[in-house]
Amino acid sequence: MTKLESALLDVLKEDCRLPLEKLAVMTGASLEEVAETVESLEKRRVILRYAPVINWDLTDRERVEAMIEVKVTPQRDMGFDAVAARIYRFDEVKSVYLMSGAYDLLVLVEARTLRELAAFVSAKLSTLELVTGTATSFVLKRYKEEGIVFEGEESDQRLVISP
Amino acid sequence: MRPDGYARFLNPAVAAVPPSGIRRFFDLASTMKDAISLGVGEPDFKTPYAIRNRAINSLVDGETQYTPNRGLLSLRKEISFYLEHRYGTPYDPEAEILVTVGASEAIDLALRAMLSPGDEVLVPDPSYVSYAPSVVFAGGTPVPVRTMEEHAFRLRPEQLAAAVTPKTKALILPYPNNPTGGIMEREDLEALVPLILANDLMVISDEIYSELIYGGKAHFSFAALPGMAERTLTINGFSKSFAMTGWRVGYVCGPREMISILNKIHQYGIMCAPRMGQVAAEEALRRGRENGYEDVLAMRESYDRRRRLMVDGFRSMGLDCFEPYGAFYVFPSIQSTGMTSEEFCSALLMEQKVAAVPGNAFGESGEGNIRCCYATAIDKLNISLDRIAAFVRTHSGKSA
Repeated sequence: MTKLESALLDVLKEDCRLPLEKLAVMTGASLEEVAETVESLEKRRVILRYAPVINWDLTDRERVEAMIEVKVTPQRDMGFDAVAARIYRFDEVKSVYLMSGAYDLLVLVEARTLRELAAFVSAKLSTLELVTGTATSFVLKRYKEEGIVFEGEESDQRLVISP
Repeated sequence: MRPDGYARFLNPAVAAVPPSGIRRFFDLASTMKDAISLGVGEPDFKTPYAIRNRAINSLVDGETQYTPNRGLLSLRKEISFYLEHRYGTPYDPEAEILVTVGASEAIDLALRAMLSPGDEVLVPDPSYVSYAPSVVFAGGTPVPVRTMEEHAFRLRPEQLAAAVTPKTKALILPYPNNPTGGIMEREDLEALVPLILANDLMVISDEIYSELIYGGKAHFSFAALPGMAERTLTINGFSKSFAMTGWRVGYVCGPREMISILNKIHQYGIMCAPRMGQVAAEEALRRGRENGYEDVLAMRESYDRRRRLMVDGFRSMGLDCFEPYGAFYVFPSIQSTGMTSEEFCSALLMEQKVAAVPGNAFGESGEGNIRCCYATAIDKLNISLDRIAAFVRTHSGKSA
């Protein structure tokens, strides 16, 4: 990764709505260079999406999240990647990670209601022939995501004017 | 309240020092809850958690006692290592380093240890607001030395020569500079040496912003010049570089005879810097030593991007904006608006709800400029720039 790429990722991570002109000023690179670099990062799928971090708890949208620990039996000619693919194709699945330790895959699932989520686990996930066991934990409250604390603490406590 | 006031009890020299020019703005800005403040003088980063956690553990472990007057020896050893490896200035942790309550106490100690009535101290102007009053409180006479934008706010020998008199005892070198962001590179410092030697001056080098330097420049410590350590009190601290303002830990290094006199005042007046802060400061340096100062470097990179944004922003408005290579302030000139610094800042606060500090708060030479701190979130900086641009458009050419 070049120095410019690293700097651009740092800045975009903080605020992805900054126009290319500002990115150029902040990194000291030319506008063309910045445009090319950002495009290249997008093409290479280093940057996948420009999305806000949302605190859904402050909205009235019904939403249930769960983290499901999944044990699987990888088959011959079909490693973990293929099993993961069978799982991540479901719309309910937000994230899937291959884990070290007591289970194999960590699956983050989101649904509108508890009933929908339960249905997903029992009807779709557990019935996959390669899945040998699941343990579902519901998310009760989100405190911090993407480095952002959702409540309290982070207010600016500095004096408005100081020497 | 005594009918005839308290003049009888007050030292007239102290009473005569005007209140800080920043105070009025503080009162004004504090009443406007939704204003964006570019008036702060501290990092927007919080102290890295690992450092805070070290202090928490220290309290849990009951480390609540006095430390030696000069500070924890383990901290002084870390400071010694840091200064030698970072700036090439070796100091003996046993005898040449004194840990103080922020760099502010170090400045006060240095002046009180040195000054007798009538002694003059040269203070570059504009500079941090405390130097001149501290000189007065110590019984001396501050002599402002004008620095100019066309010299990148560097202190030039000709300016120094014009200000020095037989009564001059010391020169304060506050670089990287608050409020201008100006720096002094090695050759700038070298140019001052003949005058310093000829007039036998002591140098008080306040290097509190030493880690915050940009544009491929590197900080150079005055005491690193050949022969200068013996006539320099180097002051530094943790507030700006390590985002530790509220911990109040700084230090002063210099010749052992000088440090022992500073320590005499410190031991009677203060006893020691707070242990909790010292423990945290030691952790900051220890971590830095082990991870190549990665926290400091990450903060510096972040400041640098914002610095560029601000300089470009002010220049795009048509204001002259000197490129600052140090600290976290920009110091644009607002003279083209025809307003004084105070008029500009008051109206900006009232009309656009952006707080900046009038340059004249930092000395007469600061008139015509405003200090804007860019240690604030990028989205807020961008909003402030838009608002200031609108303000400048509205007011340009109105007076003059």
